Amino acid sequence: MFDLSGKRALVTGASGGIGREIAKSLAAAGATVALSGTRVGALEDTAREIGENSPILPCNLSKLDEVDKLVPSAEAALGGIDILVNNAGMTRDNIFMRMKDEEWDEVIAVNLTAAFHLNRAVLRPMMKQRFGRIIGISSVVGVMGNPGQGNYAASKAGLIGMNKALAHEVASRGITVNSIAPGFIASAMTDELNDKQREQILSTIPANRLGTAQEVAGCAVFLASDAAAYITGHTLNVNGGMAMI
Amino acid sequence: MSDVADRVRKIVVEHLNVDAEKVVEKASFIDDLGADSLDQVELVMAFEEEFSVEIPDDAAEQIQTFGDAVSFLTKAVG
Ligand SMILES: NC(=O)c1ccc[n+]([C@@H]2O[C@H](COP(=O)([O-])OP(=O)(O)OC[C@H]3O[C@@H](n4cnc5c(N)ncnc54)[C@H](OP(=O)(O)O)[C@@H]3O)[C@@H](O)[C@H]2O)c1
Repeated sequence: MFDLSGKRALVTGASGGIGREIAKSLAAAGATVALSGTRVGALEDTAREIGENSPILPCNLSKLDEVDKLVPSAEAALGGIDILVNNAGMTRDNIFMRMKDEEWDEVIAVNLTAAFHLNRAVLRPMMKQRFGRIIGISSVVGVMGNPGQGNYAASKAGLIGMNKALAHEVASRGITVNSIAPGFIASAMTDELNDKQREQILSTIPANRLGTAQEVAGCAVFLASDAAAYITGHTLNVNGGMAMI
Repeated sequence: MSDVADRVRKIVVEHLNVDAEKVVEKASFIDDLGADSLDQVELVMAFEEEFSVEIPDDAAEQIQTFGDAVSFLTKAVG
């Protein structure tokens, strides 16, 4: 049920903490995984950890001409595409009163517009083969909001809404479109929190710990698998109980 | 009946699961043959494949009936 043998996946942000685990987990379940990001060295590290042949497809998602080449390159490298994981994401935090247009635009471009373009590009091959799995990595911030992250929250809520609309459109063609909304996941960034900050965060999380990238990756494998064939337009909240919605 | 029309009709019949007799010149994919907007996109994809042509979005939007498809494709391949 969770076997992904023969499936071909494209993961964006596969150079980062969560994307690397998603790529590794999809590969461990049997999929061939194309890795995208901007830091080629880090993508190569991911490929090495996977061990098998994982095509590396560098792409800056803030440049639409590069974005529009990504799915065709993935199809060429993999011989088709069955699974798309829009995982790449960035923050440029600022309070509303100080937020610059560039800060808004860049976050929306990378987190939302690039995902729109990639989603649109995989539809044709997925509709033809009557099978597809599209997964967007959103955030608890998109669901709950967070001060200082108006741009990020908008992009992550936008991803959920976009995926629901698309889920409606293509459900009859065997394509599911879902989102995962992680809470606080341990990463290089959270490693730098001081004890007080950490305690403050943990006090809002019933599980009393941060999540791991593997715990997000497991959900992606589930949504990509046959076990989740009847789940579409859904958002999986992976947050240790921080927001029970 | 031209060869193009036969090939188009075959695609429409298979894709929309309708009787060949219903696929007449004036038959609208959506109003008469039960297609939804996604079916229409898929029909255009199937035409592109069958005739090895590219049908731009604005042209695709003009293809509403079987007759529209036949005349567009006759021009495109001719
Ligand atoms: N960590 C958390 O607590 C948490 C919580 C909720 C949601 N999320 C979401 O989970 C996803 C992964 O986050 P993470 O924690 O793994 O962060 P990360 O380690 O910073 O990874 C971010 C990834 O996004 C890619 N990326 C950023 N800007 C890009 C651009 N312009 N073009 C191409 N790729 C770009 C990066 O690739 P390069 O470095 O190669 O450019 C990197 O692989 C993000 O969407 C994030 O919003 C994370």
